[in-house]
Amino acid sequence: MSELHFPWLEASVLIALIGAIWVGRVRDPFIASRHSLFFNVLVLVTTVGAWIDYEFINPVGTPPHEAQDLWNPLTELVGREIFVIDPLSAPLLSLVALLYFLVSLTTLRTKIRRFSFAWTLVSEAILLATFSCEDPWLIIALLAAGTVPPFLELRARSQNTGVYVKHMTLFVAMLVIGRLFVEWEGVDKRVHSLWAIIPLLIAVFIRSGIAPFHCWMSDLFDRATFGTSLLVAMPLVGAYATIRLVMPIAPDWVMRTIGLLSLMTTVYAAGIALVQTDARRFFCYLFLSYSALVLVGLEAVTPVSLTGALCVWLSVSVSLGGFGLTLRALEARRGRLSLTHFQGLYNHTPALAVLFLITGLASVGFPGTFGFIGTEMLVDGAVEAYPFVGVAVVIASALNGIAVVHAYFRLFTGTHHASLVSLGIGARERFAVITLTALIFIGGLLPQYNVVSRQRAADRILRARATTAGAHAFLEEEGAPEKK
Amino acid sequence: MFDRELAFRALGLLVVGAPVGLFATLGLASLLRNRPLSERAIARCVQSAILTGLIASIAMLASMLVWDDTQVPIEMGSWVHVRNFHFVFKFEFDRLSVPFVILTYLLCGTIAAFANRYMHRERGFNRFFVLLSLFVVGMVTTSLAGTIETLFTGWELVGLSSALLVAFFHERPAPASNGLHVWIVYRVSDAALLLASIALHHMTGEGDFDKFLTGEWPNGAALIQPYQALFVGLLLLVAAMGKSAMVPFSGWLPRAMEGPTPSSAVFYGALSVHLGAFLLLRFSPIIHQSLILRIIIIMVGVGTAIFATFAGDVQTDIKSALSFASMSQVGLIFAEIGIGFQYLALVHILGHGCLRTLQFLRAPTLLYDYRTMEDAIGERLPRFSGAWLGSATDSARIWYYRLALERGYLDAYLKELFVRPFLSFLRQCDSLELRWTRWLSGPDASVPHPSETSPTLEELL
Repeated sequence: MSELHFPWLEASVLIALIGAIWVGRVRDPFIASRHSLFFNVLVLVTTVGAWIDYEFINPVGTPPHEAQDLWNPLTELVGREIFVIDPLSAPLLSLVALLYFLVSLTTLRTKIRRFSFAWTLVSEAILLATFSCEDPWLIIALLAAGTVPPFLELRARSQNTGVYVKHMTLFVAMLVIGRLFVEWEGVDKRVHSLWAIIPLLIAVFIRSGIAPFHCWMSDLFDRATFGTSLLVAMPLVGAYATIRLVMPIAPDWVMRTIGLLSLMTTVYAAGIALVQTDARRFFCYLFLSYSALVLVGLEAVTPVSLTGALCVWLSVSVSLGGFGLTLRALEARRGRLSLTHFQGLYNHTPALAVLFLITGLASVGFPGTFGFIGTEMLVDGAVEAYPFVGVAVVIASALNGIAVVHAYFRLFTGTHHASLVSLGIGARERFAVITLTALIFIGGLLPQYNVVSRQRAADRILRARATTAGAHAFLEEEGAPEKK
Repeated sequence: MFDRELAFRALGLLVVGAPVGLFATLGLASLLRNRPLSERAIARCVQSAILTGLIASIAMLASMLVWDDTQVPIEMGSWVHVRNFHFVFKFEFDRLSVPFVILTYLLCGTIAAFANRYMHRERGFNRFFVLLSLFVVGMVTTSLAGTIETLFTGWELVGLSSALLVAFFHERPAPASNGLHVWIVYRVSDAALLLASIALHHMTGEGDFDKFLTGEWPNGAALIQPYQALFVGLLLLVAAMGKSAMVPFSGWLPRAMEGPTPSSAVFYGALSVHLGAFLLLRFSPIIHQSLILRIIIIMVGVGTAIFATFAGDVQTDIKSALSFASMSQVGLIFAEIGIGFQYLALVHILGHGCLRTLQFLRAPTLLYDYRTMEDAIGERLPRFSGAWLGSATDSARIWYYRLALERGYLDAYLKELFVRPFLSFLRQCDSLELRWTRWLSGPDASVPHPSETSPTLEELL
């Protein structure tokens, strides 16, 4: 295994953990916020460093393989590989760090006392470790650990934790049971029994918010702070668990089941988003619709659909991340936002209105934005396997587009909003959303690099499923004529 | 030595690049600066970009005539090129696209010059021109598209700019609800076009027009079977009906008049409303593969023309009357396409677009014009009223009048038959979810957000 030029991965996790301890000791929330930002920037720099370093030692055109940290102190310590970076995780690590940085950056003074920066850094460390890790048991342990910070926040806010705890307990239990059966049946066995597959399947459905296991997500958006909810949802940890824990051992029928339920969730959540009267719940269902779409692409296990799914993964995180930050900025000014009547905020915050529209439309794959090519590829590849996928995705996309513009009209138009205080966008918020908007347009107008990078990741995932039917399709398609 | 290919390429880039540059300039200036550009700066940017595009497109036409080239494809390179998938941005200059793009530049330039004065000191001056430039990008991209994906890109941009301009006066609820209505119909239309694109990909493996449509427009042929042509053609027809306000999607056109007059003129009188007809013209080789499809198109066109004439007669404001007049003409254009008169349909689009723009621009001064004419002829202008109803009873006349005034109750039927049951079903699902979540939360769980169950989307529609 090749080595990076610096222990980037371990450094990023360690910085986040040290930051959490440091910030946890600061009593003044405003000072804690500034210190937290410093650590967020450091983590962002190390993850971007890891990505650049990985691309440097694995340039496009060479077969993609994983790399580990220089010196590898953790491996030396425990005696086996812990943190590795591969084409799938390289951009995801930077994405996670960017999202955490932007969420911390845009936490307004009015909300600083309600947002725990120390726990946010802890969850960032856990998430980075999860995305840097390929060992199944360690991933399960980290996924389980990742459920704790949101729980503590709910408790701290005196919110009911019933729905969250029940779902997360089931999630962790199913992961452990499924993996135990996999180990018991032998890790080298290619296709495992239902006893191993079903629990793992339920676990990834819960974490991905696939219907009917999605209610915890809307409940979390209702009860936790918007920032925490965004950070729990956006990096699509469920899709990562699917790739690492389910795809390598799942037979085709399992992948089809994932695909079918995900497809139903995509359409169903798009429909439910349309009738929401609360902006947070609307956002949650919009997110559920697109996170399910990623799983639809994973299920088709063709190179094109898988590449499309991985592109959509990034685009959803970036565009819905920006969309969420915009909504959060609005909420910080107006409190919980209702979609039952016009709010007329355009004249007070024209920049937020424009950014709301750009990020919202980007999330539904509007042409010229990050999500467009990914969605095209996903549908194109999936239709080859199942023609009805195209119809369902198009319906979901149409419904989501209507829901986004409906929310825009409700929040920004329809009346004259009188306010004595300025509701204009702040410098930090402008920086955050413009950064994500720039990514949306750069990814949309210059998609080649991103698509090539995701294709390498897709190739690696498909090779891991070497003996399944999907891999046969992959091998067949490697020699297939090019499609336009 | 003079390189013809290079000249075509340069001109093509100018035609496509001018509006893109304009939109980027105005859009970035709005986003990054705290204050938008001055009215004078915006006017200069718009004038120079549209003039550049217009001159380049006329030069392209002249070059094609001089060198006797009837089809000039210009590839902008591979947007995405990976194994098994590649996405090309390609533009096609031919007998259909060049006249349409010249019409676009001509009318948008006229409207921009008019709007400089009409919108003077209007609060949304900058927003209007940003959206107008986005519209021009969409129109030029759609007109010149050489692949169905490129066409879809432009199609969506036109839809978005149209919906936002309908809601331009956004401090009142009516423009916002009308904007949403337009957007919903456009999304249905977009969905149909996207499905047609997927179906074509699935059938032919290609998205380039010149791969599944052989020969030069309008004499080309489609390389698909008649039953496939019927399926794809029906999807294209739905897309075209939505964009061109054909029955039963016609309800959005009079609602779209809520926007400022310049945008009504250029969008719903001249260009956007013809985009559906343009789509059918572009895919006319597919349409001519299926007789059933042609008959359906003729029926849709004639039916819409009759309906629009019927409803337009009783409209009480000039913009609505003009919108129904547009609808009836576009219906006739559909019928011409169905019959197979492609050139006639193209000429009809060009003529109708110019005439209707003029009428819309004169609409705000209609009463003044009437008075001037009456002063000139020295008597009242004659009034025409439904001669064909002369023999009908009073109750029948009232019944017809009400039916026409309510536009055949088409919107109400669509709302009752489709929208309300669909949303009602979704609300029931949402309500079930909430109950399930509350049950999981336990008996002491508080409701986390105000429970508001009043219908919202229907109100807007």
